[in-house]
Amino acid sequence: MTHWLIAPVVLPALLAPFIVLAARYHIGIQRTFSVVGVLALIAIALGLTTQVFDGSILLYQLGDWAAPFGIVLVGDRLSIFMVLLTAVLALFVLLYAIGSGWDNRGAHFHALFQFQLMGIMGAFLTGDLFNLFVFFEVLLIASYGLMIHAGGDARLRAGVQYVLFNLIGSTLFLFALGSIYAETGTLNMADLANRVALIGAEDTVGIRVAAVLLILVFAIKATVVPLHFWLPSSYAEAPAPVAALFAIMTKVGAYAIIRVYTMIFPPDLEITAGLQGDWLLPAALLSVALGMVGVLAAKRLDRLVAFSVIGSMGMVMVAISLFTPEGIAAALYYIVHSTLAAAALFLIADMVRSGRDNLDLTAQPPIAGSALTAAFFFVGAIAVAGLPPLSGFLGKLLVLDAAFGADQVVWVWAVVLGSSLIGIVGFSRAGSILFWKAQSVVRDAETAASPPPAVLSYVAVGGLLALLVAHTIFAGQMHSYATKMAAQLFSPQPYIATVLETRGKLSTSQEGH
Amino acid sequence: MELLVASAIGILTAGGLYLVLRLRTFPVILGVSLLTYAVNVFLFASGRLTVGAPPILQDGVTNYADPVPQALVLTAIVISFGMTAVVVMISLGAFLGSDDDHVDDQPDETTGTPS
Repeated sequence: MTHWLIAPVVLPALLAPFIVLAARYHIGIQRTFSVVGVLALIAIALGLTTQVFDGSILLYQLGDWAAPFGIVLVGDRLSIFMVLLTAVLALFVLLYAIGSGWDNRGAHFHALFQFQLMGIMGAFLTGDLFNLFVFFEVLLIASYGLMIHAGGDARLRAGVQYVLFNLIGSTLFLFALGSIYAETGTLNMADLANRVALIGAEDTVGIRVAAVLLILVFAIKATVVPLHFWLPSSYAEAPAPVAALFAIMTKVGAYAIIRVYTMIFPPDLEITAGLQGDWLLPAALLSVALGMVGVLAAKRLDRLVAFSVIGSMGMVMVAISLFTPEGIAAALYYIVHSTLAAAALFLIADMVRSGRDNLDLTAQPPIAGSALTAAFFFVGAIAVAGLPPLSGFLGKLLVLDAAFGADQVVWVWAVVLGSSLIGIVGFSRAGSILFWKAQSVVRDAETAASPPPAVLSYVAVGGLLALLVAHTIFAGQMHSYATKMAAQLFSPQPYIATVLETRGKLSTSQEGH
Repeated sequence: MELLVASAIGILTAGGLYLVLRLRTFPVILGVSLLTYAVNVFLFASGRLTVGAPPILQDGVTNYADPVPQALVLTAIVISFGMTAVVVMISLGAFLGSDDDHVDDQPDETTGTPS
């Protein structure tokens, strides 16, 4: 057993207090350590990816206590892949925060950023449901601080809503965990998978309540309509780099749904049958439609991007709620696309903001450096709206293809294609008002034009968009890896066996100790 | 005892839900606190209710209290306690800054649309 699997959790957990204690007055040192830490995270994630590439399962028993008595971290293809995606996203977001000076507009940006990474990494790696709750709280507590970074009344008010909504979500999570524990006596995911399958058909009330409560909690995180209310104002008011990092937080909810509802409550399980197809799929389709209508209706650019996040999370949830290997593979391909594209759009919105008084979608004097910003917006909008040639198009194609055999194929195709059209109109409207109409507005003589965004900001956004292009060019390899991840999810026996049969202290079979 | 604990959880949850749906921040924060109390008792009860039973293995004892929910509820108490403090501070800041303690978005006075 090597210790590398816990490194993505421990490294930010050590860096953050170091930044608070040793470097709180030196923004240069903070930046250096933060960037080096994220680069190290990427290296660790790449190293772990090579270990799980062939389908093997990594297990880390904390304190060498055997599961289900101790807490375990588990790395399979999916969780390590999400860790890698988080680390890569964090690098570009961090570069943008440094380039635009956002990290210097309030205290402790880098420390909170590292704590946030710690929570996200832990949520992806943990093999225990209560531990998942704890890591959710870690990432949420850090996000409360990041959300109101740099202050301001509007941001604080949005922060109150965000914190309250998430507190209620956490309470719901605890209710779900309590009922699961009361029914099964364990919270280890692998152990739960075995025990839930043993529950008799006549005694399922408690576990069904727990399954529904749990999917509600994860749906709040994944902003499935009608549980999406917290997202538009919090993401629009959050500082841009923070909103860009939050792009991965909605995916934590999607990840948790994939993990729990393929392993603990698999789609062919009698007691939770119908939860996915009858409830999750219509809600996901509603999210797609509502997100894209919101894009068209938004009066501010940051709201527009926030609604596009709801829409693209809806697409992910549509693919997930099919609960077929093809559906999950399509969802995983789309998760990468949606994370990168949403993050890039939030950063581009901030570039626009830096040259204007506000983000209202009205014609205002052209912003400095508007040619390059406009080009970036164009690429980002194509990606999010799902037009060829970028990965959004391929992702949607995969989702539509995966839905082809399902009963609700008509609904999926109609909603996805129809709302894509609405989204395209919304994005074209925003882009033409922001960048074309602006050319005809003359700047007042007395208001000076603000300087263009820093080069580093362009590097960060350009990097994200370049990753999107790479995601499109290597779509074949990406999709085949996503298919392998989905295949591993749908045959969870090796995962369960690895977790429960690896020896440690308190192992049930005592020989060898 | 089961009836007492169950109805306590139920009343706390009902009161919490009612307060959470109120308009201003103070009742909503009280509601969230009530909900966290309810969930703490609920978690505690999820290991079955036992009186006077030891949680650790001892000679000559057959009935045990389940120690795991007690550990879980400790974590939950710490987190909910800290988070209540955080939300009080943030909402105080928002109230002092904008002189308004509604939890929802107020319509923008100039355009009549949510800002």
